[in-house]
Amino acid sequence: MNTSASSSAMHSLAKVSHPHASITIYLPLKKGDREGFRASEPLLKTVDARLRLAACGLFALIVVGLTQIPALLTALALAGCAALAARLERAPTLRRLAALDGFMLFVLFFLPFTVPGETVFSMNGMTASYEGVLRAVEILLKANAVVLIILALLGSLGSVELGHAMARLRLPGKFVHLFLFTVRYIEVLYREYRRLRTAMKARGFRLRCDLHTWRSVGYLFGMLLVRGIERAERILAAMRCRGFQGHFYPMTEAEPVGQRDYAFAGLSVAAVCALIVLECLHS
Amino acid sequence: MSEPLFRLSDLHFAYDSGQPVLSGAHFTLRTGDRVALTGANGVGKTTLLHLMVGLLKAQAGQVEAFGRPRIHEKDFVEVRPRAGLLFQDSDDQLFCPTVTEDIAFGPLNLGKSWAETRMIVQRTLASLGLEGFENRVTHKLSGGQRRLVALATVLAMNPEVLLLDEPTNALDAETRERLIQILDGLPQAMIVISHDEDFLTRITQRRVRLEQGRLMEG
Repeated sequence: MNTSASSSAMHSLAKVSHPHASITIYLPLKKGDREGFRASEPLLKTVDARLRLAACGLFALIVVGLTQIPALLTALALAGCAALAARLERAPTLRRLAALDGFMLFVLFFLPFTVPGETVFSMNGMTASYEGVLRAVEILLKANAVVLIILALLGSLGSVELGHAMARLRLPGKFVHLFLFTVRYIEVLYREYRRLRTAMKARGFRLRCDLHTWRSVGYLFGMLLVRGIERAERILAAMRCRGFQGHFYPMTEAEPVGQRDYAFAGLSVAAVCALIVLECLHS
Repeated sequence: MSEPLFRLSDLHFAYDSGQPVLSGAHFTLRTGDRVALTGANGVGKTTLLHLMVGLLKAQAGQVEAFGRPRIHEKDFVEVRPRAGLLFQDSDDQLFCPTVTEDIAFGPLNLGKSWAETRMIVQRTLASLGLEGFENRVTHKLSGGQRRLVALATVLAMNPEVLLLDEPTNALDAETRERLIQILDGLPQAMIVISHDEDFLTRITQRRVRLEQGRLMEG
């Protein structure tokens, strides 16, 4: 009888509910939310997230396998076109690429000296080979093309949309949920880190190069780990309280794929085919 | 007199490390009861709520819920949706990206269809005055909004009993007042843990104090 009492109380409040209300996930665009993207809607942004993700994956997969410089240059140009179509803002995009290239140059610095082949120049008795330089350039082009296509196709997606797109593409559930949980809790963990860090500062802690610093920082991360585990246990408990038994139910329904999406898919496949043809022609 | 919703008899519980938390606790919750559970910090109030829904297992004693003794995990699976537990920290409770998905999680687990779940989401949000929150991202909500949405996720399962763990903790005056209004209008039996005297006087009519592992009325 308590059940009926409570459910009738709930039903009396049901007036505003709408039986055909569709649940589509749309993230309101807030200023500063997605830094580096202009407010007006470029065409690419209206393409279904699943297709963008799939195209991105396909492109990356093919580009990583390319070895011929002309094909790689074309790939980079295609990624550049996509970036233009997505109307990425120039400065932040270039800054991101510069960060990547700085790292890559550091990693690739020794490559010309370690790959055997025809000598191009020598430095301090070490000789750099033509093949080595070529290999370094190849890797650099691949990295830039892949990162640029990711920025162009996925950069404008919110993390939640990306998670949903992964789920709808039937990527492994564990992977999707790992991703979504990370998005959800990284901020919580970061807040916890900030709190602990502030508390340390309030007691006069400064980073120095001594044992005390190392030990304290060790405690800080140890504490974060312990709290992280405890929180994970509480989250699982809360989920079990709501009937979770190890299985997730699909959370949203996908929107149907439209004409624009087919056009995008066609273009992507054509671009990838062109890259493969170029590769074969030059090898 | 009606069948009690919960009956705890002679519960004994200790965490792995030492000190017993409960040593012979007795307690009965009946339809319409609104019980304040008080006691010093760390005395085991939260532990008691977790024992009631089987998140923890008592070492001795019996938990009887909705007319049946509950011993194994599968007994409690049925208890949990009927006894909605509101966690102290709403961040623990809200784990889905959006509000809709979080509220839908419980009903979907109970095997409701999408159409039905959608209705429940709308209805629950409306009942809490949270219309328009459907597509909000949970971790971007304010502390007060988070608490109300967490309550919505519990109410969406239409529980018969509410177990509230410090519901007014860290809320601003306005949200606290709103929460009190909402809780006061709910028909469910409740057990409320709180240190907020004014809140307890307004919501509950019975006091139980946890002290030295036992529950004392009054």
